[in-house]
Amino acid sequence: MRARKRRTRFIWDAIGLLTFVVIAFPVYWMIASAFKPDEELNSLTPTWFSLHPTLSHFRDAINRPFFWDGVKNSLIVVSVTVALSMVCAFLAAIALAKFRFTGRKLFIVLIIGIQMLPQAGLIIPLYVVLARYHQVNALSGVIVTYMTFVLPFSVWMLRGFLLGIPKELEEAAMVDGSSRVGSFTRILLPLVAPGLVATSIFAFITTWNEYIFARVLLNDQAKQTATVWLSYFTGTSRNTDWGGLMAGSTLIAIPVIVFFLIVQRKIAFGLTTGAVRG
Amino acid sequence: MTLARAVRWAAPYLLILPVVAIVVAILGYPLYHLARLSFQKYGLFELIAHHGTSVGWANYRSVLHDQIFWHVLVRTIVFTVANVGLTMGIGTLLALLLTKVSSFVRVLLTAGLVLAWSIPPVVAVQVWLWMTDRENGVLNYTLTRLHVGNYFQHDWYATPFSQLSLTTSLIVWGAIPFVVVTVYAGLTQVPTEIVEAAEIDGARPWRIFWDVTVPIIKPIFLILTSLSIIWDFAVFTQPFLLIGQPAINTSNELMGIYLFEEGYLKTDFGRGAAISILMLLIVAVLSIVYVRKMVRAGDEAQ
Repeated sequence: MRARKRRTRFIWDAIGLLTFVVIAFPVYWMIASAFKPDEELNSLTPTWFSLHPTLSHFRDAINRPFFWDGVKNSLIVVSVTVALSMVCAFLAAIALAKFRFTGRKLFIVLIIGIQMLPQAGLIIPLYVVLARYHQVNALSGVIVTYMTFVLPFSVWMLRGFLLGIPKELEEAAMVDGSSRVGSFTRILLPLVAPGLVATSIFAFITTWNEYIFARVLLNDQAKQTATVWLSYFTGTSRNTDWGGLMAGSTLIAIPVIVFFLIVQRKIAFGLTTGAVRG
Repeated sequence: MTLARAVRWAAPYLLILPVVAIVVAILGYPLYHLARLSFQKYGLFELIAHHGTSVGWANYRSVLHDQIFWHVLVRTIVFTVANVGLTMGIGTLLALLLTKVSSFVRVLLTAGLVLAWSIPPVVAVQVWLWMTDRENGVLNYTLTRLHVGNYFQHDWYATPFSQLSLTTSLIVWGAIPFVVVTVYAGLTQVPTEIVEAAEIDGARPWRIFWDVTVPIIKPIFLILTSLSIIWDFAVFTQPFLLIGQPAINTSNELMGIYLFEEGYLKTDFGRGAAISILMLLIVAVLSIVYVRKMVRAGDEAQ
């Protein structure tokens, strides 16, 4: 009985390892290819692990036109969007978590309904409206657009984190004679800080990764974000510089990978608290 | 005292005001504009003049009489069913697998999933293009070496079916991690006492899964499915970049791309608006389940 159990466990582990290889392979291949010399990339027999790694593709990628423009624009768009969104979203999350008020349900419907809007369906109206107010080809137009995507899930996630704080802590502070605002800054804020960081990082990733609206709203190459820069990398030539493309891809993916590893568990928590309880 | 009460009454409204203002201005107004545009002739000239001419239902009539719209709609529905089915099926199987493996493999597999989850879609597209390259792609080499068939210099972008299948593989790869992590979180909530009690009673594993596990993860499953339907129905970035704009035509277009080509690239914003409205309506019908569930969850809190 025990031997059989061990054998089934072994089979499951083998399947698990195989699945790991399949799922992680594209990421490995991207990074590995970025370091390979051209002879290995252009050979009919792939090199699984390069013994002659080179940094030349990274040098090529960052020296291509508009790479630094793209990175700079992405950083501006991301930091402004995240900073503004977190302030607004946090205020709204407090309203949802700590107050009962008429129209609360309507607000929840609004927050969740927005997330159901397919972004492709908004390309045309946003382009036309932003063009009217001269916000096409301006980073400010992209920033306000991104805020509308970031705000709903940020409110929802922060609400989840706020609900996780025991009410007793807050009440204890009130009994001690501190005002509502006082109890908020001294007790609530430190407790919710990890949630705020997690939500900001998630907002960072969403904004950094976005493609459609950056592509549609920014026509000038010097104004484009990093993802749009990458999408134009191959250009129209038939001979793609695969090494450079993979190096560029790696550079754009790295910040996201790092941040994702930090907050991965919190994201699952924030997204599912509503779902699991329902 | 009355002042304090007034402040207390106004506080939540002041707190939600910034979010509501931004959403109404940047989303509400364009949506209202979208509805108006769909009844107007609005091209490049009108864009510059900031003024469209009303044409009644002409845009809708033109779209609904367009053979291509119906082809695209059917193709998008089939594509969505395939993508959602594969994402949910494989995702659930992997979540179950996570409960069976040793903790070392579980950590490793979770790390792999998080890695896949974190790759930006635009980056994933480039990696797919490289892996499926005709001459030097690792996919053709591996399939040939494993004797799956002769894939020497096989062109993965030759037929619409092949193009869309590749797109599916890319989307499913990127979407699975979220499903696995969420379903696995649900599975760990299944109380072990009930499972053990059922085992002692001599219930078969399949029966236990069906009668104990399934009812507990069903709400999560429903929400994930409706979210996936919404995302996949309107998908844009992956097919647009993987198939590549020059190769996109009426034989491989999906709804999101059809809308982009007809409305934005052909600068026929009025007709594009009509397609957008039709798409929003379809997605709205599909997403009602999700919204109702979430609203109920949100209302319970406090």
